[in-house]
Amino acid sequence: MEHIVIIGNGIAGITCARHIRKNSDKRITVISAESDYFFSRTALMYVYMGHMKWEHLKPYEDWFWEKNRIELKKAWVEKIDFQQKRLYFSSEETMSYDKLVLAIGSVYNRFGWEGQDLKGVQGLVSKQDLELLEENTQNCKRAVIIGGGLIGVELAEMLKTRNIEVSFLIREKAFWQNVLPMQDAKVISAHVRSHGVDLRQETQLDKITGDDNGRVKSVITGAGEEIECQLVGLCAGVRPNIELLKDSALETEKGILVNEYLQTNINDVYAIGDCVQLREAKPNRNSIEAVWYTGRMMGETLAQSLTGNLRKYNPGNWFNSAKFFDIEYQTYGKVSADPPEGEVHFNWQHKDNTKAITIAFNASDNKFLGINTFGIRMRHEVFDRWLDEKKSINYVLQNLKEASFDPEFYDSYEKQIFRSFKENIEQV
Amino acid sequence: MSKIERNMSLAGQAPAALSATQRIASAIGLIGLFILVLALANVNFPNKTLFLSLSLILMTAGTVIFANDLYRGKHAGIKNDGIWFKSMTGRGLWAWITGIALTLFYIVLYWFPEFLGLTENGPNTGVISLFDPLSYLINGGPASQWFVYGTLYTLAIFIFGYKFILKYRNNRYEVLRTFSVMFFQLGFAFLIPEILIRLNQPYFNPANIWPLNYDLFAGYKVDEFLSAGNIGVFMLAFGLISIFVITPILTYKYGKRWYCSWVCGCGGLAETAGDPYRHLSDKSLFAWKVERWVIHSVLVFVTVMTIAVVYSFLGENAGDFWLTRDVFLWGAAGFLTLLFAAIMIFKRNELAKDAKYGAIGYLVIILSIIGINYFSGNGNIFFFPGYQLREWYGFLIGAAFSGVIGVGFYPIFGNRVWCRFGCPMAAILGMQQRLFSKFRITTNGGQCISCGNCSTYCEMGIDVRAYAQKGENIVRSSCVGCGICSAVCPRGVLKLENDSPKGRINSEEVLLGNDVDLLDLINQKSR
Repeated sequence: MEHIVIIGNGIAGITCARHIRKNSDKRITVISAESDYFFSRTALMYVYMGHMKWEHLKPYEDWFWEKNRIELKKAWVEKIDFQQKRLYFSSEETMSYDKLVLAIGSVYNRFGWEGQDLKGVQGLVSKQDLELLEENTQNCKRAVIIGGGLIGVELAEMLKTRNIEVSFLIREKAFWQNVLPMQDAKVISAHVRSHGVDLRQETQLDKITGDDNGRVKSVITGAGEEIECQLVGLCAGVRPNIELLKDSALETEKGILVNEYLQTNINDVYAIGDCVQLREAKPNRNSIEAVWYTGRMMGETLAQSLTGNLRKYNPGNWFNSAKFFDIEYQTYGKVSADPPEGEVHFNWQHKDNTKAITIAFNASDNKFLGINTFGIRMRHEVFDRWLDEKKSINYVLQNLKEASFDPEFYDSYEKQIFRSFKENIEQV
Repeated sequence: MSKIERNMSLAGQAPAALSATQRIASAIGLIGLFILVLALANVNFPNKTLFLSLSLILMTAGTVIFANDLYRGKHAGIKNDGIWFKSMTGRGLWAWITGIALTLFYIVLYWFPEFLGLTENGPNTGVISLFDPLSYLINGGPASQWFVYGTLYTLAIFIFGYKFILKYRNNRYEVLRTFSVMFFQLGFAFLIPEILIRLNQPYFNPANIWPLNYDLFAGYKVDEFLSAGNIGVFMLAFGLISIFVITPILTYKYGKRWYCSWVCGCGGLAETAGDPYRHLSDKSLFAWKVERWVIHSVLVFVTVMTIAVVYSFLGENAGDFWLTRDVFLWGAAGFLTLLFAAIMIFKRNELAKDAKYGAIGYLVIILSIIGINYFSGNGNIFFFPGYQLREWYGFLIGAAFSGVIGVGFYPIFGNRVWCRFGCPMAAILGMQQRLFSKFRITTNGGQCISCGNCSTYCEMGIDVRAYAQKGENIVRSSCVGCGICSAVCPRGVLKLENDSPKGRINSEEVLLGNDVDLLDLINQKSR
């Protein structure tokens, strides 16, 4: 029986394993050194905040794997012999495979800052990172977070629940402004500040200083200011975790290079999820996309290919979501942070500063391009359809109610939004 | 458990410490409670009105101050920080102390009311006598243990309801729902029945529907209704209409939530005083299996018991009253068979295999027992006399299950143990909700990140995430529509909706976002 080995038990690897099982009887082994069972990485923060316990992070009960004949192996892969099709573990065991799926995820960026190896300096990606954070914040009064992305704001929220003062250094002019248009980034920046976070825009890290015990003492900013702290959170993005494959025959660049079938340059070796770099990015999308949803979609797609239905990886319209303290964010389609010539943005904000939308459309033909929503829930299905059908901005605004996904009895803002748009147009 | 996981459970010195204001508030509330304890210990307060008022006001003030300090002046939003770290809400020492205290209270309330000061012939003593002034004010007579219980129950729904409203003030569904349970508790469950007693009418709570109110068709109750003239007949008729007409219509339109989390008193207490314990429900598949067998067995028990009770109440002679024992018995058997046949004919595809077997098994057992007893002519229809079945039901289900386990164990098993495992009303509504309703929880395309907040905070132990991460709608008979899964979802994935029954249950695992040729895939699967 063909033996498919998947390295990595995150969302990509596990989705792939489940779908292979659905479609076939092949032998499946999933290897991970991080945890015994699949867990939801996106929910690590809730364990730290006391909303959930570790067991709640597991989407499947422990009996699920044996019942579905998905073998789980807790081991650290040290080396892969692609020619003999054999894995070498740190325990000196080995395992052979017929097909190998690399779903080895990403690691947080460390840009060679002075002091980045001190105790109390860490990122937040893995289960081990969470345990380390627990240790590092035992007697922590003040923390500095470097880098304004999604993990950074989550870490800020986590630390605030333990009454730790947080300084949040971001390079951009406002939070996540490399992804969000300025007006949206400002709404979120204000909200983050309102939670007592000392958000410092256009501030870079120069170096981290330590005490005699090799523990972090303070952070020196680019402007030379010293901020005392007991914890430094490195949240300046993640990159594919390809350390294992250095100096191997497997072609990598920033990530593991794959074609549209998620095949690497070596036969019978595939890669999915955060560790992947597509040789050719899809239109409007990046070649590396380290988000939950892409991991899941790649897992689904590859499982089809491995069980006899050869499929190209073909993600549809871009979508994503996040939550910044109390403000939920959803996005569908493309809303550029710095709109290029021809992309027009319409922006509406509620006066309470917790709800906003930005809609992007083509100046030439009014085609709807994408939407960012804050504090308002929208229906994925409806926006996906509107994007496919290339609806106009007018159509979208007239039918916005159809897309509303807010709970019952909530105020609706469609009319206000529509009126505001009309007024905007008249001004232009 | 690995070493790593042990570390994890130690996670966190919580921000668990109470603030100074919260400590003072707790003290104020406990002083109010202490007055009741003193009364229980037979301290004879000189001015009962004063001390009762003082006690109730202190408990209210304590809770209100506590809630204000906890939630006011902070951002509206999800407030679950440290829930699992706190002793009271994380099955710690305080949870056990509270659970045991509540359990003991229920045991005394149901079986030893004399300890509370109930006196058969003569004036009340103890804590019951403390409530006499309020009782005289409302119903014109001395208090009973049930009056004390009703008062405290209503107060709990109000003060913890206030706390709940502050906690979820950003969510209008939760706020309205809480006002609704407060209204029904105060008006329908507390004031109307007490005022009826003052007017010498039968005790009747219109919101307490059979079979939750298992005594509604008991012989003594029916006698009471019939001897009360028109108003009694109206009550009896309203009781019948409630379960056979109003309930199916509202459940079809809105799901069982219209009752379980907008009207019902049990639900009202669970959603207010019980809210801090909602995450303690068991989400395992095993628990779900147990739930289905237990709750439907209770439903069968109450049906059988009620049929037996009514049967023994009725006469044999058609000349006295058209509804004789025979007419009723065969009518009931026919109704159950018809209902069963209708479900099997029209809805069989929506039933799981074990549900079908269970239903067939139960029907055969009920009908054969009726047959055996009827034709043996022993005067009973379920081997035992109706009154005895009613007594057992009252003891096992009415008191032990719904009270002692249902509420006493809030801090250990969660706040909806009774509603999930025991309530026969929930079983009936659940069947309707699963098979004949427009209600569902819609999953938003492919946006789920499997974080598990929804499952963790589902008080009914539904593994909401299992559906959401597959892009499936949630159509579960046990869902009481509290709306918390939707509230705690960080990505806006869940929405409670009433929509057309068509396409309500979508079981294809097709998540939005991935444009592999889906139609192709589905066609291949069905080949």
